[in-house]
Amino acid sequence: MPPAKYTGRKVLRKEDPRLLTGKGQFVDDMHLPNTAHMALLRSPHAHAIIRTLDASRARALDGVLEILTGPEIRDKLNMLPSAAALPDLRIPDHYVLAVNRVRYSGEPVAAVVAETPYIARDALDLIDVDYVPLPVVLDPEKALEKDSPVIYEEWKSNLAGTMQLVSGDIEAAFRKADRVVKGRLLNQRVIPVAMEPRAVQASYQPGEKMLTVWSTTQIPHTLRSEIARLLKIADNRIRVLALDVGGAFGSKLNVYPEEGLVPYLAMRLERPVKWVETRRENMLATIHGRDQINYVELALTNDGRILGLRVRVIVDVGAYLQMLTALIPTLTAIMSPGCYKMLAFSFEMKEVFTNKMATDAYRGAGRPEATFLVERAMDLAAAELKMDPAEIRRRNFIKPASFPYTTRTGLIYDSGNYDKALKKALDLAGYTQLRRKQAQLRKQGKIMGIGLATYVEICAMGPARAFAAGGGWESAAVRVEPSGKVTVLSGASPHGQGEETTFAQITADELSVPFDDVAVIHGDTQAVPHGIGTFGSRTTAVGGTAVYMSAQKVKKKMTELAAHLLEINPKNVVWRDGKIVAKTNPKKFTTFQEVVRAAYSAKNLPPGMEPGLDATSYFSPQNFTFPFGTHICVVEIDPETGEVAIVKYVAVDDCGRVINPMMVEGQVHGGIAQGIGQALYEEAVYNEDGQLLTGELMDYVVPKADQLPTYILDRTETPTTVNPLGVKGVGEAGTIGSTPAVVSAVVDALAPYGVRNLDMPLKPEKIWRILRAKTSHRGTGTQR
Amino acid sequence: MKLPITVTVNGTPHSSEVEPRLLLVHFLRDVLELTGTHVGCETGLCGACTVHLDGEAVKSCMVLAVQANGSKITTVEGLASDGELDEVQRGFWEEHGLQCGYCTPGILLAAHDLLLRSPDPSDAEVRGALSGNLCRCTGYQTIVAAVRNAARKMRQKTRHMKEVPMPAARPQKPPRAKKAARKPSAPGVAEVVP
Ligand code: FES
Ligand code: FES
Repeated sequence: MPPAKYTGRKVLRKEDPRLLTGKGQFVDDMHLPNTAHMALLRSPHAHAIIRTLDASRARALDGVLEILTGPEIRDKLNMLPSAAALPDLRIPDHYVLAVNRVRYSGEPVAAVVAETPYIARDALDLIDVDYVPLPVVLDPEKALEKDSPVIYEEWKSNLAGTMQLVSGDIEAAFRKADRVVKGRLLNQRVIPVAMEPRAVQASYQPGEKMLTVWSTTQIPHTLRSEIARLLKIADNRIRVLALDVGGAFGSKLNVYPEEGLVPYLAMRLERPVKWVETRRENMLATIHGRDQINYVELALTNDGRILGLRVRVIVDVGAYLQMLTALIPTLTAIMSPGCYKMLAFSFEMKEVFTNKMATDAYRGAGRPEATFLVERAMDLAAAELKMDPAEIRRRNFIKPASFPYTTRTGLIYDSGNYDKALKKALDLAGYTQLRRKQAQLRKQGKIMGIGLATYVEICAMGPARAFAAGGGWESAAVRVEPSGKVTVLSGASPHGQGEETTFAQITADELSVPFDDVAVIHGDTQAVPHGIGTFGSRTTAVGGTAVYMSAQKVKKKMTELAAHLLEINPKNVVWRDGKIVAKTNPKKFTTFQEVVRAAYSAKNLPPGMEPGLDATSYFSPQNFTFPFGTHICVVEIDPETGEVAIVKYVAVDDCGRVINPMMVEGQVHGGIAQGIGQALYEEAVYNEDGQLLTGELMDYVVPKADQLPTYILDRTETPTTVNPLGVKGVGEAGTIGSTPAVVSAVVDALAPYGVRNLDMPLKPEKIWRILRAKTSHRGTGTQR
Repeated sequence: MKLPITVTVNGTPHSSEVEPRLLLVHFLRDVLELTGTHVGCETGLCGACTVHLDGEAVKSCMVLAVQANGSKITTVEGLASDGELDEVQRGFWEEHGLQCGYCTPGILLAAHDLLLRSPDPSDAEVRGALSGNLCRCTGYQTIVAAVRNAARKMRQKTRHMKEVPMPAARPQKPPRAKKAARKPSAPGVAEVVP
């Protein structure tokens, strides 16, 4: 464990000065001479046959360089990747450009390259496509009915894949139950909307046969392998760069058509090619998130103990399977039991094709769905049993003494103390007083609600055995330069999380060097030996551990070399105040700089020691981590408009050891904001023709500054031993805890109106209708 | 057809011939290569492209380059002077007002616009003033803190300027702190917050 000069402190971010002065290097900021610009023609239909495509008018436009269509290049580029996450998964052919048929509105049909982006866009209007529209499949439940039109005729059904997970005697649990509560919970389709749209730029040096690709990606090394596969070229002839990336939230954890097309075109034209997504394209054709229907049944005893949880899930995966589309709902499966003990659990899932954009990882990725379904079920149970929602959770928590705890889904929760976080949050919120205040306000006809959610999530992705294709490790190199400055090379690819700072903190502490002497490089496959990327709240826990391991190795070598220079046993030296000192004689010491010089001059090395001062490590964790916490939300509802105002928001999270509290809080804030967004505002809406109605920021509500509250945060710190840093990960906690807490608060507010559940998003209109319809109930029958 | 325009950006005049349809944001980014101003929507809804046009915050995707002919523009590149962050930038650094930094240039300019009108804004005022700028990363709380931190710094600076006789401050330009006043104790490291 590093001594803590920097670790655990609010250290200002290394990233910020460049980002604050407009000197970031986002993909669209790269201006290479002679760049050509790509634009994509996208299908206006959700489901259609392409009868003819005539690009002759577009080709004739001045400044147009190239036009590609699906049939022309179907054999030149391999298909886009998809993880075979389910045994019976049907993986459709997914070409970079549609071949003869389109299956969602926004699917790329043709690529235009022109001298300027404006001309490329002009040319799109001159391509004549004759489509024969087909019946559209939109409702995933109807899509499974016998008479539904099918998207893939060869499979004769819209079923993409299934999963069953049963543990314990679920039938017996329900037979023995005193009460059963049921609900149909909708986890609506949402759009990640990173503020930076996606972009790809590529340039090819034919002499060196070197392809350089800049992409807004979370996974540069994975993308390099995938570009090699797509283009059928060697991976060691490709360099992928993702320097500054403007947010992603899972949406850039993928391989997209443009990441094949742009490099292909740069090689074909032998000039740099750039593509920048428009916001509309981003809404239409960058992955969406969530979109599950969860049928939940909870078997309970009269005193509120859970006997069994039965979940049936329908997932609307959209028209194609992107890289992790099929995998994400499996995380819902394994996390559905949440923080609770139960005798039996059953999960039955169907993934269904529809004529929409594919869903995939969106912040939380499968876990918010799990937490939402189990937490809403707990609220339904509390209402049914007339118990306090905090109390029913407490009764069912896995107790601290039970860790490590093997869940009904086969996970091993290494540590946890759920009650402690709950208690802290209740105290912080003033829960008892809030309930009293609620009773008073209700007498005055005010509509106020208190919601809470307790969660456990699965982070630090993750042990190699948990991935279909293996992997799951992260890599880092630490190098002390001849000057004594330190370079850290990380395979993780932060895009806002700030690990240039975190990794520098870890390294500076381990090597006892000033924070400012550490430079952290990431997002460059040529500079960084290997890597997986940033997602699944893994970067500090897995990537940071790799940094720590490498720093330790360098330190060990420096210690040995110092001992050699001091002519004593390495066991007898200590690092103290920038010096490496003989334990027994503080006058006998060498300095960091002297050791560095000795390592590079190589004139006086111990036998067998190589010159240089660097080390590379791969950290492959043996388990996930399981952060947890409690979120409490208090809302007031305007009786005239139905608008929800969050008047208090308390979150107590346990993400293990904290490297930089400022950044941990930032992650929680941002996560909560997105969770509130889903609960109250956000929804991807397709009309009956499969047209995305929420295709611009005008229609899709990304929460604004004046729509969000001030968050009150606190932490508990329960150690984990999954990694030597004791870090669990925090990138997604906020999103996971907040959505059910907010919905719970709104439902609680409306309990006097007979409401027990509501589907998100809880827009004013929905609530106003309830208030209107049930005004006669006002003031009667409060549930507690 | 191309039209001649001259605009002064961050104090430097630029003359150029542009297509009438060229958006100001593309002119700044692609012609002048001032890529600090970002594009998040091209429809006036995200605020990433906010710049000051003759002293007022505008969304530069909603202005044609030709409409800006003859005007003075400040972009994010024009905020720091001599490599020193200005009060607003400094406030954002200290309060963690940014994560990915994509929305940040626009928000800095919008914040300047607010602070010119209202030197001591409340939380609600800051939230209202920034409601045209989307940030997907931060949840806004640290942005609000950053703007208020910057407001404090700017008020201190103004007080200081009143005490020491100075040439009249030019209107429509955010005041800049003296370099000495802003040196952090240890570069990049703030005091521990328990
Ligand atoms: S790019 Fe101008 S407001 Fe979004
Ligand atoms: S910091 Fe990423 S969008 Fe604001």
